[in-house]
Amino acid sequence: MISFDVTDEQSQIRDMLLAFAKNELAPRARQADETCTAPAELLDEAWFLGLASLAIPEAYGGGGAPRSALTGALMLEAMGSGCAGLGGTAAASSLFVNPLIDLGSAEQKKRELPKFCGNARRAATLALHEDSFAFDPSRIVTRAEPRADGWRITGVKRLVPLGEEAEDMLVLARASDAPGIDGIKAFIVPPRAPGVAITRESGTIGLTPMRFARVELAGVSLPPDAILGEGDGADIRPLLASLRIGGAALAVGLARAVTDFAIPYARERVAFGEPIAKKQSIAFMLADMHIECDAMRWLVSKAATAFDRGADVSKMAVLAQNYVNRRAIRIADDGLQIFGGHGYIRDLPLEMWLRNARMLTIHGALAAA
Amino acid sequence: MVDFALSDTDLDILSGIAEEAKASEKYARHYDAHEDEILPKAFVEAAAFPSLLERMRRRPSDDTPSVIMQMLIRIEREAHNGVPLRQAPSALGNAALGAAGTPAQQKRWGHLMLAMSITEPGAGSDTKAIQTTAVLDGDEWVLNGDKIFVTNGVRCHGTIVWATVSKAAGRGGIKSFLVLKGTPGFELVRKEKKLGIRSSDTAAYAFRDCRIPRDHLIGGDERVPQSADEGSASYKGVLKTFNITRPTVAAGGIGKALGAFRYARDRLAKEGIAVDWDKGPHDRTSTEQTLLELEADIEAATLTVLRAAWLAARGEPNNLEASVAKAKGGELCRSGPQRAMELLGAMSLSHDHPVEQFLRDGRITDIYEGTGQIQRLVIARAILGYSSAELS
Repeated sequence: MISFDVTDEQSQIRDMLLAFAKNELAPRARQADETCTAPAELLDEAWFLGLASLAIPEAYGGGGAPRSALTGALMLEAMGSGCAGLGGTAAASSLFVNPLIDLGSAEQKKRELPKFCGNARRAATLALHEDSFAFDPSRIVTRAEPRADGWRITGVKRLVPLGEEAEDMLVLARASDAPGIDGIKAFIVPPRAPGVAITRESGTIGLTPMRFARVELAGVSLPPDAILGEGDGADIRPLLASLRIGGAALAVGLARAVTDFAIPYARERVAFGEPIAKKQSIAFMLADMHIECDAMRWLVSKAATAFDRGADVSKMAVLAQNYVNRRAIRIADDGLQIFGGHGYIRDLPLEMWLRNARMLTIHGALAAA
Repeated sequence: MVDFALSDTDLDILSGIAEEAKASEKYARHYDAHEDEILPKAFVEAAAFPSLLERMRRRPSDDTPSVIMQMLIRIEREAHNGVPLRQAPSALGNAALGAAGTPAQQKRWGHLMLAMSITEPGAGSDTKAIQTTAVLDGDEWVLNGDKIFVTNGVRCHGTIVWATVSKAAGRGGIKSFLVLKGTPGFELVRKEKKLGIRSSDTAAYAFRDCRIPRDHLIGGDERVPQSADEGSASYKGVLKTFNITRPTVAAGGIGKALGAFRYARDRLAKEGIAVDWDKGPHDRTSTEQTLLELEADIEAATLTVLRAAWLAARGEPNNLEASVAKAKGGELCRSGPQRAMELLGAMSLSHDHPVEQFLRDGRITDIYEGTGQIQRLVIARAILGYSSAELS
């Protein structure tokens, strides 16, 4: 039955996070961007909101809410409207937790999930990218070799969010010769395990509080059940879908923030004797920005509900990600254009939003819905 | 709970609609090539299919709101290159009569098929510029002016005509009047020849000292507002109908794009070209990438239509969302079939295949019921808090 009605619980969570984004994330965005750091007290505050443990079953100490990518998307969109960099940092543990809930074996859940249910904040991440141009998940070369005593994993992962801070990490690696995505599996890799070397990247164009890192895996030995899921490991397509939806949701939030920031400015800024908003060239840009914020939001919602139903998961997530990637970057870019030279100066957030939008619309493994 | 899945009942209804539309495909080329012919009230094939009302009757009331289903039905129907097997008994004028007519007027004329005459040779989207005049002379209104682009203007029983009773009052002076076919001074000048939608007749009218009874003023309110901003009740009533008609029109354009997309996707699949959802952008050909982007665009536009319909179903204001939907549908009716043709290459130009007709038939969507530019004006005014005088 077609409905655009979020549940009362989803509405409460969204409102809470919209307030958090407005009051806590947005005011700290610029400094976080400049210092490439998220303030610890801010992350603590986010932790106490219970974002990470919301959908962890009560048996493991979590909130016991139904696992829902739609709820996840609503949360990420709300935080993205305040600051995608800080929001992504606060939600980074979802990169590890959500795939565990979705795909982990009973034993893995029991072992890993309770760590995220206490008062102590715990950073976690997921390593997807590698050091090659034209990378995509089916081209992963990091190799997990089956051994008598478990797995041996070798390769270099790049652009890993919170790589240095993470206490838990999922690594996507090729585990068999099965072609394409079928051969790729997720592995639970302790970041402090022997053979793991983590160093900060030289820097990234945006989302700087996420402190991206390079993760080198030099023949790291892992136990047999390090492979996510039962037996030969879970199909990672749902994991990829959740990443696509998560990144898109953050981008929708950012696009909405850009639009909402540009509207009052265009009404105030006077050129040639009238507000620039009264000129169709500007008014129509704003109209298009608004149109696409709506369209993107519903497409992300549709992909998320498909994920929650377990139907057409890959396809809907790819469609939503593709659409958002095309539109969100355009909105961030047009937003800057409306501000002209002021958009280019770092006093205002427009240039930061463009840099963050570029990350959100290309990276693809920044948040799990 | 947010949900975009349909019940089995609704899926069944949509597949019935698809079957019915498919049965009409054999007539599409004929009426495209013979624009002078008017569609029969019903084709023989119609007997094999239940009416829309019968189809909808089976639906439980707690399913997807029926306004949303109507949008999806429109999309599915237009995604087939066919013609209506049964002609709708009503037209746009009926919606205006329903929105602004008195109960007595609705009772008296509701059973007729009524077209809507707004556009003039010199006034399209800028409706307050219309020149057709109505002057009260005794107990009769005397109409003078020219109207064009009247949808269903040939086959209708009569039309609602926008005319000004006071040019000085601007938009407030515009009233609507019912004129029946056969009224002296009301002439059907010609049937227009169009790029597409040729089975839908489009007329041009002339009114020359056309006298109609005083009570043919829709809504019956003869007062002339003093301020140009005030607007008349009938004018506002018509604008209100846009909140449903705009998403409906958008659905039509989306349907044409969907039909063109499906045709391209299915024919290319036979050539071994299809989107592999596992592959990344670097492993896709540009043809596969275009197929993917086109499908994403169709999904996005469809969702804006469903959103506007959802708000309407709940009785919430949807003026902004109706224009968002129309803007998206309008954009897609152009870029969708265009890209589908590029995907298929030169053979798509031929009348052997329906894609070129999808392009021609769909193209109107970004024009009627307000061009894409008008929708953007409506949207910009809404988000900026400007009146139509402040942003035009």
